Amino acid sequence: MKNTVKMEFLSVPDNVGLARVAIAAIAGQAPFSLSEIDEIKVAVSEAVSNAIIHGYHSRPDGWISMTAILDKQGLNVIIEDFGAGIADIEQARQPSYSSDPERMGLGFVFMESFMHELHVESTVGKGTRVEMQRFSRIQGELSRDVQ
Amino acid sequence: MTIVHTVQGNRILVAVHGDLDLQTASPLREALDELLDRYRDKGLVLDLSEVNFIDSSGLGVILGRYKRMAGRGLSLTGVKPNVRTVLELAGITAIIPVSDARPSTKDQHV
Repeated sequence: MKNTVKMEFLSVPDNVGLARVAIAAIAGQAPFSLSEIDEIKVAVSEAVSNAIIHGYHSRPDGWISMTAILDKQGLNVIIEDFGAGIADIEQARQPSYSSDPERMGLGFVFMESFMHELHVESTVGKGTRVEMQRFSRIQGELSRDVQ
Repeated sequence: MTIVHTVQGNRILVAVHGDLDLQTASPLREALDELLDRYRDKGLVLDLSEVNFIDSSGLGVILGRYKRMAGRGLSLTGVKPNVRTVLELAGITAIIPVSDARPSTKDQHV
C-alpha cells in the first residue's frame, strides 16, 4: 500500500467535486472505512474551496495542486495554491472567521476535526500550502490453535 | 444538483438532489430565495434524502436562509449520517430541527 498521485486543476468550483472524487478513489486503496473516507472528502473540499475563494478571490484562472501520498501510516494530502496568501493564519483558523456573511468560517475547523494532522504555510502574495494527514487503522484478530 | 419544490399547507418542501458544495451553493441559494420571496408566509422544509455530501459552503446556504427567514420555520429532513456529522460539528442541529426520516406528504405540486 504505497502510492502517490499528483494533480493540478484550475480554480473553478466544478473542480471541488473533482478533487473529492479523486481523493476518495485514492483513500479507497487504504484500509479506511466509508465514514472515514467521507470525512477526508469534507477536509479536501474545504481546502480546495478555500484556495478558490480566498487564494484566488473566486477567479477561475488560478492553478491548484493536490498531492496525495499513501503509505502504511495512512494518507497525506497537500493542497497548494499560488494566490493571495493568508496574512494571519491563526486568525483564519479560528471558528466563524469569514469575510463573507454567507460562509460559516468553518473550513479549517472541518479540516482539523476530520484529519489527524493539519499544517498550514502561507506567504502573502505567493500562496498557501495546506498539508493534512489521516492515519489509517489496522484492525485484526490474532488467532492461534488451542488444543 | 436539482431541486423539486412542493407547497403543502404552511410550508414549502424542497427536495434537493446532489452534493452541496461551492459549485452548487449559489444556484441553491438563488432558488431558495426565490421560493422564500414567492411564498412569504410559509416555512421551509429541506429534504436532504438525496444529498450525499455537504461542506461549509452548503452549510452556509442553510444558515443564511435560517437567518433570512427570521422565525418562519426551517427544518431539515432525510439527513444521512455523514451529512448529520457535518451539521452537528457546525452546531446546526442546536438551532435547526433535523430528522433522519423522509417526511410523509400528500404533495400538492405547484
